[in-house]
Amino acid sequence: MKVLMKGNEALAEAAVRAGCRCFFGYPITPQTELLEYLARRLPEVGGVFLQAESEVAAINMVYGAAGAGARVLTSSSGPGISLKQEGISYLAAAELPCVIVNIMRGGPGLGGIQPSQADYFQATRGGGHGDYRVIVLAPASVQEMADLAVLAFELADAYRNPVMILGDGILGQMMEPLELPPFKEDLPAREWATDGCRGRARRIINSLYLDAEELERHNLRLQEKYRRIAEREVRWEEYLTGDAQVLVVAFGTCARIARATVKAARSEGIRAGLFRPITLWPYPYRQLQAAAASARAVLVVEMNAGQMVEDVRLALEGRVPVHFYGRTGGMVPASGAVLQELRRIGGVGRVQHVRPA
Amino acid sequence: MSSTFAPPEALTKVPFHYCPGCTHGIIHRLVGEAIDRLSIRERTIGVASVGCSVLAYNYFNVDMQQAAHGRAPAVATGIKRVLPDRVVFTYQGDGDLASIGLAELVHAAARGERITVIFVNNANYGMTGGQMAPTTLLGQITTTTPSGRAVKEAGYPLRVVEMLATLEGPVYLARVSVHDPANVIRARRAIIKAFEVQLQDLGFALVEVLSICPTNWGKKPVEALSWLKEHMLPVFPLGEFRAVS
Ligand SMILES: Cc1ncc(C[n+]2csc(CCOP(=O)(O)OP(=O)(O)O)c2C)c(N)n1
Ligand code: SF4
Repeated sequence: MKVLMKGNEALAEAAVRAGCRCFFGYPITPQTELLEYLARRLPEVGGVFLQAESEVAAINMVYGAAGAGARVLTSSSGPGISLKQEGISYLAAAELPCVIVNIMRGGPGLGGIQPSQADYFQATRGGGHGDYRVIVLAPASVQEMADLAVLAFELADAYRNPVMILGDGILGQMMEPLELPPFKEDLPAREWATDGCRGRARRIINSLYLDAEELERHNLRLQEKYRRIAEREVRWEEYLTGDAQVLVVAFGTCARIARATVKAARSEGIRAGLFRPITLWPYPYRQLQAAAASARAVLVVEMNAGQMVEDVRLALEGRVPVHFYGRTGGMVPASGAVLQELRRIGGVGRVQHVRPA
Repeated sequence: MSSTFAPPEALTKVPFHYCPGCTHGIIHRLVGEAIDRLSIRERTIGVASVGCSVLAYNYFNVDMQQAAHGRAPAVATGIKRVLPDRVVFTYQGDGDLASIGLAELVHAAARGERITVIFVNNANYGMTGGQMAPTTLLGQITTTTPSGRAVKEAGYPLRVVEMLATLEGPVYLARVSVHDPANVIRARRAIIKAFEVQLQDLGFALVEVLSICPTNWGKKPVEALSWLKEHMLPVFPLGEFRAVS
């Protein structure tokens, strides 16, 4: 049965159904519906909802709760996610599973409250200190806000790693019909949780390694885990890429716009296709390379000044010209403008030019 | 019968790394004894902070989490909310608790989180080599107040227990010292009470323990103990500031 929900609420309800009984967060637009939904919903299922005094406190409550063995969620937007970075580094280092939602708004600084994708670097490159990785999932519909929430908790547990869901203000606020996931009953055992040492050896959750050799061993082990994740967990979607001469690469909201544009371009005889990364880390480098095999040009569309475009260039290794079209500050690329760019780079005999970021 | 001198079960056999004469060791022991006395070792989770006591997770023979600098009360909140029938305590220095972590502390206290906070006030930052702490006394020389803490540049020392006593969330607030045996006995009692109110599910509890840092104070341990008595006690009066009747 389909229900009609806002993206933020769909994500929140899906988290509850995925067995999450614990939320710590702080209000910020445009993710506040998520917090408010859980303030009402979690007590109904015997869960913990706590409005923390700051995002710094919230992420450290997540650390404590995750360490105590709970499936735990926190959510915020750019300015708050910046404050959470210290905690995310500690969570990754101590290998604690948790899900962090960033419903992106325009930055830098206080920026604005309109949708944006400007936290791509922060999410995929690790905004905190040290060599660590966070799995980053990018939904593009209300259905995916829910589905990826379930997946996020599963990946977090499977790899004992923080997972970030990177949405934007449009995905958070818009309403779409969706199929909610079923309730999950049995959660994986946590043989590492600190929940009192009755009848067993005591456990320690920690990220301090004062001995350099020991810290390097710890890092090598983490890197090995990240390699495993990169091998197994890459996710993406393709649309009309088979014969595409112009390939659009976009994630989240921009991928929805790009899809409509690709269709329009096809009707004009431009052989366009769309490649949509769903995992932003690990990034589908090889898959993108394959999808771009027949492409003569690639256009990356983002709601930022050009961030994912760097991963696209890394993937394509200079084999195809990579163009960029982006809007910032909460401005959303219009399908017409993207189509114009497609015509420019895909149309025969035209000069290749792209408006700089 | 020498059972009073047997090490508490709630402490591991790992030798402390603290400097000779440092009172962190005594305070660890008092916490360990309180845990033993209340028979809560197997359901206690401790939170180590960042400071000289960062390795506390090696010493307390209970499940432990190591928290980021200042964030122990938030971490403890997360644990306690998930496991309300367990006992959760933090062990924090004055830089950790009263400077970088003041917001987390005050809000945990205001919410009346059922946690026990052991707050070690040694009037400076021990681990990083003796810089000024919020609890550094006026005129006290530290590496970042080389001519002594002056009001004009560095303001006044923070009295944490008095400040928390303005809130409704805390049910037990005490300041104790470990500079002589009589005070150690009083400190032991206060620490036990701070765990008892948690077992009774009453609210937030904090015990501030005045402690010495002979290394960074540049004093022999015995001199440091008298310096504490002479200079810290007038600024940080001892006693129970909030107690359940
Ligand atoms: C975010 C952050 N800032 C600074 C430090 C460096 N640091 C480590 S311990 C410490 C001070 C600890 O002093 P205190 O809490 O008084 O404990 P003590 O060492 O005196 O027992 C500082 C500033 C850190 N680890 N993390
Ligand atoms: S530096 Fe000071 S507080 Fe730290 S162990 Fe040495 S004496 Fe104790």
